[in-house]
Amino acid sequence: MPVLIRTRALSKVYHVGDNVIHALREVSIDIQQGELVAIMGPSGSGKSTLMNVLGCLDRPSSGSYALGDREVSDLDADALAEVRNRGIGFVFQSFNLLPRTSALENVELPLVYAGIDTRARQQRAHSMLERVGLGARTDHQPAQLSGGQQQRVAIARALVTNPLLILADEPTGALDSRTSLEIMALFQTLNREGMTIILVTHEPDVARFAGRILRFLDGALVEDTINPQPDDAHQLLAALPPVNTLPLSSGTDKNASSSTVGSA
Amino acid sequence: MNAIGLLRVALRALAINKLRSILTMLGIIIGVGAVIVMIAVGAGAQAKVDEQIRALGSNLLLIMSGATTSGGVRMGFGSNFTLSEDDALALNRELPEIIAAPALRGTSQVVWGNTNWSTVLFGVTAEYFEVRQWPVVRGREFEPSDLLAATKVCIIGQTVARQLFGDADPIDQVIRIKRVPFTVIGVLENKGQSLMGTDQDDLIVMPISTARKRVLGGNQAKQRSVGTIWVKVREDEDAKRVEDSVRQLLRQRHRLQSGQDDDFSLRNLSEVMAAQEASSRVLAILLAAVASVSLIVGGIGIMNIMLVSVTERTREIGLRMALGARTRDILGQFLVEAITLSLLGGLIGIVIGVATSLAIGEWAGWRIQLSPESIVLAGTFAFAIGVFFGFYPARKAAKLHPVEALRFE
Repeated sequence: MPVLIRTRALSKVYHVGDNVIHALREVSIDIQQGELVAIMGPSGSGKSTLMNVLGCLDRPSSGSYALGDREVSDLDADALAEVRNRGIGFVFQSFNLLPRTSALENVELPLVYAGIDTRARQQRAHSMLERVGLGARTDHQPAQLSGGQQQRVAIARALVTNPLLILADEPTGALDSRTSLEIMALFQTLNREGMTIILVTHEPDVARFAGRILRFLDGALVEDTINPQPDDAHQLLAALPPVNTLPLSSGTDKNASSSTVGSA
Repeated sequence: MNAIGLLRVALRALAINKLRSILTMLGIIIGVGAVIVMIAVGAGAQAKVDEQIRALGSNLLLIMSGATTSGGVRMGFGSNFTLSEDDALALNRELPEIIAAPALRGTSQVVWGNTNWSTVLFGVTAEYFEVRQWPVVRGREFEPSDLLAATKVCIIGQTVARQLFGDADPIDQVIRIKRVPFTVIGVLENKGQSLMGTDQDDLIVMPISTARKRVLGGNQAKQRSVGTIWVKVREDEDAKRVEDSVRQLLRQRHRLQSGQDDDFSLRNLSEVMAAQEASSRVLAILLAAVASVSLIVGGIGIMNIMLVSVTERTREIGLRMALGARTRDILGQFLVEAITLSLLGGLIGIVIGVATSLAIGEWAGWRIQLSPESIVLAGTFAFAIGVFFGFYPARKAAKLHPVEALRFE
């Protein structure tokens, strides 16, 4: 598999008053296309800073970062915006959907900034919502959706530009355990279809589904382990007492999408 | 994002806080409305002055008889009849660039049938109507024979016609002025109020010879004296120069030595009018300026609310940036929102301003003149205010750092 992310001696230094804080210390990692990687560490370990840099939301103080075949560590703000728009899909702990805006329009948003025309935008957003099992709820507003459904909308939004990777920051942090399993199962399905996914989490419960675990402490990478046998979220879900069936494949089982109602 | 998309996003954002948006717009609404009303009222006042100038007649000089001094007490102008009909004749003869019309003034009770009315009488020559630019709309003017023979005919103003005759036709009716019967031969055009607010249509004019012999009687010593001479300067003549020639000629005729004061007063009424017009224009500009201050205050209100909005929506801005919004996308979004606020306020202000102007015209009876220019001006001003006061908050939003914006609580 080709290398998708390559960082060399990536550092981020903050100056707070007279103190110098090393948020990242010379991090060098390679992540191949198609990997499902979990970045772990206690708070303050630098994992969020790394996610910001990998997500092109922030620039490193020093070091290099190549995304695909493009060096992105020295791009200006608008060029970074374009990289984020085309290459990276974000999933946040708090979903970050626009309130009072339909699921469809939320998913359309990245395409708006990509300059896609309205008709194509709606088509792509619609098919992406179907893919995450919300084909019947395209005109619902976030307030009308459960937490799990909102996160699915957010995942559809991350996928809609067909990005190089998905960056998920504590994607299950605001969800109950069953819904968390469903989201992890969705990520695993996407990963099996070839999507590169990076999860930032401090929960071992989430990391066990990843094929590779990077551990951080005080801004430095301290452990890089391959997990040869990640847990299968689908199997764990199936083992749970049945509440309902789940739409995990790219199928469009509309009845099944109601399975998450009230679960979060 | 295209313009329609930006507008939709802006309208949605404004609709979320409807009351706040309306209150913010209120400043612009009041400002635009006030500018439109003030310009309409100012233009109306100016149009009225213009009309009065037209009514008075352009390039008009008024010569009044001079002051007398008796026992060291100096009386005002007009207290002594130093002017005469001969002065007027001489002016007409010597100065081809003017027309002079002498006038003798008096007041009297006039009677027709069982109604009566107190009015002003003027004894005039045939030139009077041309000099005052005051045509007879019904009936006829004086014939030269009327003046020569001092016939008992008169021409009445609209007010006198209304007061004495009501709806009846005054032509060929006989009225009594100081017990002398006069035949009404004409009615003057409506001239309206003078600058001082007196009713110019409340008068009766008659041949000057008739007035002297039959009505006003008078001064045996000065058989030909008159109180005033109206002078019309012909178009394209320099009124200032003509004024000097008139003064020279009269001084010569009155045998005044150099160093002696004029025994008459010469006033250029057009100049008085022009000054009045200028002052009414200054007033209109002043009113509009005061009104535009409230527009600027409204703009500050918009800036204030946009700053609040940017702070409130910091996370949304961070999210949009994470999804690929560039600096100009965020700048555009908030700028369009501010402009939408100000333009919407401007539109409502225009409607209210026009309605208020019409209402003032209707209920207060003031002259109102609504001009499309003032509406376009107010609209453009509102737009400019949106751009000017929206730019700083929008720039603040666009300059946010994505990481900090996303993390903002």
